[in-house]
Amino acid sequence: MGNTQTTEPTDGLRKFEKVCQIIDKYNRDPSKLIPILQEVQHEYRYLPEQVQSYIATSLGLSSARVFGVASFYAHFALEPKGRYVIHVCDGTACHVKGSDGLKEALFDLLKLSDSKKTTNDMLFTLETVSCLGACGLAPVMTINDEVHGQMTPAKAVELVKAIMEREQGK
Amino acid sequence: MSELINLEAVGRQYKESRAAIARRVIVCGGTGCVANGSLKIFAALKKELEGHNLKVVLELGHDVCGGDVFLSHSGCQGFCQAGPLVTVEPDDYLYVHVKPEDVKDIVEQTLVGNRPVTRLLYKDPATGSAFEKWHDVPFYKRQHREILGDCGNIDPEDIREYIAKGGYEAARRAFTEMKPQQICEEIAASGLRGHGGGGFPTGKKWTLTLAEKSDKKYVICNADEGDPGAFMNRSLMEGNPHRVIEGIMIAARAIEADEAYVYVRAEYPLAVQRIRKALADAEKAGILGKGVFGSRHNILCHVMEGAGAFVCGEETALVASIEGLRGMPRPKPPFPAQSGLWGKPTVINNVETLGTVPLIILEGSHNYRTLGTQGSPGTKTFALTGHVVNTGLIEVPFGSTLREIIFDIGGGVIDKHGKIDPNGFKAVQIGGPSGGCLVEEHLDMPLDFDSIKPTGAIIGSGGLVVMNRDTCMVQVAHFFMRFTQNESCGKCVPCREGTKQMLALLDDIIHGRGTLEKLELLEQLARAVQIGSLCGLGKTAPNPVLSTLRYFRSEYEAHIFQKRCPAGQCKALAVPEILADRCKGCGACLRKCPVGAITGEKKSPHRIDPKVCIKCGTCAQACKFNAIVGV
Repeated sequence: MGNTQTTEPTDGLRKFEKVCQIIDKYNRDPSKLIPILQEVQHEYRYLPEQVQSYIATSLGLSSARVFGVASFYAHFALEPKGRYVIHVCDGTACHVKGSDGLKEALFDLLKLSDSKKTTNDMLFTLETVSCLGACGLAPVMTINDEVHGQMTPAKAVELVKAIMEREQGK
Repeated sequence: MSELINLEAVGRQYKESRAAIARRVIVCGGTGCVANGSLKIFAALKKELEGHNLKVVLELGHDVCGGDVFLSHSGCQGFCQAGPLVTVEPDDYLYVHVKPEDVKDIVEQTLVGNRPVTRLLYKDPATGSAFEKWHDVPFYKRQHREILGDCGNIDPEDIREYIAKGGYEAARRAFTEMKPQQICEEIAASGLRGHGGGGFPTGKKWTLTLAEKSDKKYVICNADEGDPGAFMNRSLMEGNPHRVIEGIMIAARAIEADEAYVYVRAEYPLAVQRIRKALADAEKAGILGKGVFGSRHNILCHVMEGAGAFVCGEETALVASIEGLRGMPRPKPPFPAQSGLWGKPTVINNVETLGTVPLIILEGSHNYRTLGTQGSPGTKTFALTGHVVNTGLIEVPFGSTLREIIFDIGGGVIDKHGKIDPNGFKAVQIGGPSGGCLVEEHLDMPLDFDSIKPTGAIIGSGGLVVMNRDTCMVQVAHFFMRFTQNESCGKCVPCREGTKQMLALLDDIIHGRGTLEKLELLEQLARAVQIGSLCGLGKTAPNPVLSTLRYFRSEYEAHIFQKRCPAGQCKALAVPEILADRCKGCGACLRKCPVGAITGEKKSPHRIDPKVCIKCGTCAQACKFNAIVGV
């Protein structure tokens, strides 16, 4: 591998070391592209363009093919996300029980919108997801995979404010 | 070859060690209860028990060691609304809404004092009477939990308990006593139909795949439960993962496959974790792997996590996704039975369908037919959610009526304040984005694959979202259209562009820009998308629109001609206002408003600044006097 990276400082080499391990773990099998991207994203929190090209070359695929898959599936992030990823569930049950109110209260608090999903300080990313399968507790939101059920806009704001305060105290 | 497992011995040994402990406390560990803090309750119970010098057993050992209390987790017990749930065996007490501070009473009164903690029992919301045993609670009493059976009673992470309950016996029979043809015939005779929504006869699917000659065949368990408002598959995988694996094994034997995939949504991390552990345990126990039950058959089973694409629930798209491609459907035929994963014959079944299979093999197709209807035998699980008192996971025989489900099991419809409203029922959305609405006139119709057809709705995978009269049906249609538009894979134009235009038209209507021409265009377009799309996603995407138009046309018309939302939900058509004659000036709304839009002196009527207000509705929820309208 490393030869293609000779013009980069050693940092660059180290950057791809982990990707390389993941690709090797899947025996460089192109049909394992999705699990590879999942693991790489777990490592980097998103899929930088360089990394996508690197994966494409390693698997003998075109960059377009890798980008095609990465952009098709909602789970793959092509841009970096905030430290706290908030998912407001917008499944049917949550929707009829007022998930829009949660989203808007949080948009307002974090100065975000449908087109701007991550705060400038890279602390929060707010996204809606179609269903978390916790419909019995609708409306539901998760903060870094921790599920919070039976929410109200006020409770949602309170939760996020608590995180903000904790982060400021650091 | 790993050592041959003796199911009977494993089961007997488990039962013996279990019998040496008088009581068992089960804390629900489903996603819902965990979100409500059930893990903290588990820890608190353990601590409290040890404080009382009771010997707590967390995992049954391989020898009979005894103890005072066997403390374990279960998967989803179904009654999510009342969580966290704690059950006590053999007394069968069910404690609801348990908090860590209640743990002391549970230990002192029940585990030491041998009597129930009355205040934690479920009480009838109408009469206030408490139910001591869990099976007397109306939510459970009227269900037939055949598929869910042990889901919620057993520890999903202990394979021995599954075996002790008769688990893997059906698989053993399938591998050692039955021929593939026989299995297919038995399943066909049972009349089992695909529980994922399609309703295709499972036996037929298997027979077709068995008939294909190939050196390699695959079984895929479709656990990409994407319908918003549905969580039956999640619960079964979390609560009884071995049941699903056993179903996969039987399917593999029936079609002579030796490799299987479980394709799970990545939104279900707990289900992924449980199914992975269950697979590893089954392999370790010598159930999965090489030479299954001493036969010459092998089974290799993989788990693949989805990556967030609803369309991957469609079988050809799912296959593409496993192959590492964009999850786009392709035309059928060839059907997966002929050419599926990597071009090989493949059976793709839903989690619940596979979970039903061991039951049929064990008890016979004849027995399976004793429940349900002629055309749709057996039971079906539903995720009951929305404006209903008891939300959760339920299972009823096919042919049950909505009235039984919503009013007997669900406990009735609630208004926006969470109070029971006897006249509140407006509609129930069934079948998710591919389905439609059922209304008052359908309450007594038997629910099965065939009788639901003329209504324009479908059984689907089992999401039932109850909606009260404060729900705007145009918004419901808009919601589903936005969903399908988002999830359209983009391959064919009618779906990709059609859903987009339909969404724009619905957007116009809920924002007060609707006209008669737009309504007509919407209907026309709906038919075009239905006819012109390739896969099920596109073909059924217009259903929610057509269905709401069929039953609630007057609501669409009110939005268009009177610029009014009869349910008061469409924000563009509503003006937030506090009714001065009702407002007592208590300040509850003012304190709750997240954006500070409400002003007013104590004890005098408050006001909302419509420019600041985000219409989130928090104030209306907080108001005890129904003084706030238009949000």
